[in-house]
Amino acid sequence: MYSWLQDPEAGGINLFIGNVRNHAQEKAVVKLEFEGYKPMAMKEMEKLAAEAMEKWPIKKLLMVHALGSKQIGEPVVVIGTATAHRKDAFEASRFLIDELKNKVPIWKKEYFADQTVWVNAHP
Amino acid sequence: MEVLLFGISKELMGQQVLSLPEHQKIATVLELKQWILNQYPEMGTLYSFAIAVDQEYADDETPITENQEIALIPPVSGG
Repeated sequence: MYSWLQDPEAGGINLFIGNVRNHAQEKAVVKLEFEGYKPMAMKEMEKLAAEAMEKWPIKKLLMVHALGSKQIGEPVVVIGTATAHRKDAFEASRFLIDELKNKVPIWKKEYFADQTVWVNAHP
Repeated sequence: MEVLLFGISKELMGQQVLSLPEHQKIATVLELKQWILNQYPEMGTLYSFAIAVDQEYADDETPITENQEIALIPPVSGG
């Protein structure tokens, strides 16, 4: 991915990786499972990419999200941006991950020892 | 009319796809949401849920018809 993001005009390459961590709400997480409404998820991700390309002078951009079962320490989401200057790369990546979490129809289920929880479902 | 279900809604509604009864005339997203909340009060415990029509988020006034792809979108939690 890093090599894909290389661009002769890009002085700043930002690569954000979201991993599965071993705890949530002070409880040990066994694993995570991700479900997606694939065609709509792709459309929403493409919309976010287009929006970011308008807002920042981005040379290269990548967004990847895993689906299915994920173990502790495994990568789940990768956001990559390559821009001339680092400021834009940081801002664009932050925008992309924040908006992905708001808009892209993907759902995370947390598996604890004694229960499973759909994240963000209930107040 | 069929509604694709995702995430927690499949569990709360006990099915993968919701099939509305033939006679049930539902013309807008708002009417669909109200019908769902009446039939499945559990869905009212969620933060909220959205409806997508042909893979686009739809607002309450959006009309819906038989031949469109309609999906129920519970609060998302990707990333």
